Amino acid sequence: MSQLLLQLLEGTLTSLKIFFLTLLFSLPLGIVVAQGRMCRNKLVSGIVNVYIMIMRGTPLILQLIFVYFAPYYVFGASFNRFTAVIVAYVINYAAYFAEIYRGGIQSIPKGQYEASHVLGFTKLHTFTHIVAPQVVKRIIPAMGNEVITLVKDTALAQTIGVAELFRVAQNASAREFSTMPIFVAGLFYFIMNMVVSKTFDKIETKLAYYN
Amino acid sequence: MHVISVKDIRKGFGDLQVLKGISFDVDKGEVLSIIGPSGSGKSTLLRCITQLERIDGGAVEICGDTLATTDDDGTVVYSDKATLRKIRLQVGLVFQNFNLFPHFSVMRNIMEAQVHVLGSPKEDARRVAVELLRKMGLEDKADAYPCQLSGGQQQRVSIARALALKPEVLCFDEPTSALDPELTGEILKVIKELAAEKMTMVVVTHEMAFARDISDRVIFMDDGIIAESGTPDEVFGHPKNERTKKFLARFE
Repeated sequence: MSQLLLQLLEGTLTSLKIFFLTLLFSLPLGIVVAQGRMCRNKLVSGIVNVYIMIMRGTPLILQLIFVYFAPYYVFGASFNRFTAVIVAYVINYAAYFAEIYRGGIQSIPKGQYEASHVLGFTKLHTFTHIVAPQVVKRIIPAMGNEVITLVKDTALAQTIGVAELFRVAQNASAREFSTMPIFVAGLFYFIMNMVVSKTFDKIETKLAYYN
Repeated sequence: MHVISVKDIRKGFGDLQVLKGISFDVDKGEVLSIIGPSGSGKSTLLRCITQLERIDGGAVEICGDTLATTDDDGTVVYSDKATLRKIRLQVGLVFQNFNLFPHFSVMRNIMEAQVHVLGSPKEDARRVAVELLRKMGLEDKADAYPCQLSGGQQQRVSIARALALKPEVLCFDEPTSALDPELTGEILKVIKELAAEKMTMVVVTHEMAFARDISDRVIFMDDGIIAESGTPDEVFGHPKNERTKKFLARFE
């Protein structure tokens, strides 16, 4: 039993690595994508729109396989498995985050921009100090959903042979002729998402000081 | 030198001509009220002066600096960025809907532009803000957030926020229209106090009694033109234009 738990914890560590690295890169990349999507240049916004459509319109598992195998056909070499997972997750999640950001940015009243303009703020200052903080508050519930989904999506990494939590559990299950390890893994995911959920609740409470 | 000098400005949105050639000057210490029916172009006029809209023709000068002018071939030429920026700080604007920053405390709302635009040290900015809040009768609200204030209090904060940049002229775009009638008085009182201090102001308003009381000059706008202008006594007491008479009759 303790042997099993140790293995599962090791798998969990891999899952957490995928989780945090994906967030680390996709959260900021989403801002760039959102800006591109809202760009006045039709070519830029068109290209970004197609990218978002592909990312949201095809299964993540397929994108994962594509990112890992496509470079073999083009360059004869590819990323290592773990890197491929991170790349695939980052470009997928950046697309989803971008749409959430865009919704948030577009929900900020025009008057906030006008007041900033009249007061002489630069565009950058207006975005970083006036718009972005208000956007964060508005998108917290939607972001919570997405981040919880990411925790569960880490299980797909096994598709290209990365031994994350679910793969480890399945292996143990096969070895021991028991479904128990899989249910224990389920408990692990549940606990991770409880932490995510509580974290988002905390952020929401912290930002509740204004309407 | 006029604080504001507007010559024959035009502005349209698509096929709709909102300003059809407006000219007027505002001198230092003068209070100009702009009255007229909804859709007559009053707010658009203020928005052109405060750089929230681009004019399609004519010229605007603020404190001797050219904001925009029109070539002989009819092209509108705006001044360089540095000049526009300088002008922006000379013209304050108080919005109908306040547009305070909801995530900032009252204090930070008033300090932010002083610190980040004027580059004032924080202590100085705080001192200016405290002084303005005292003047607005809100010294106990420095740490409150806009959502905790009444509409009248929010509007007073937004006036303080505009005054913090020490503008040469302060524009008001229907400052009491979003307020309950019983809160209107507190804003009108503040504007009146500013008028007594010889603050140069342009006030777009539907409060006729107030406009008559505080203004040095009144402009009546109708359908994109200045239909009549003069002293409050001339415009309110002895209107010459038929449209002015008809408009004012509704407020009798």
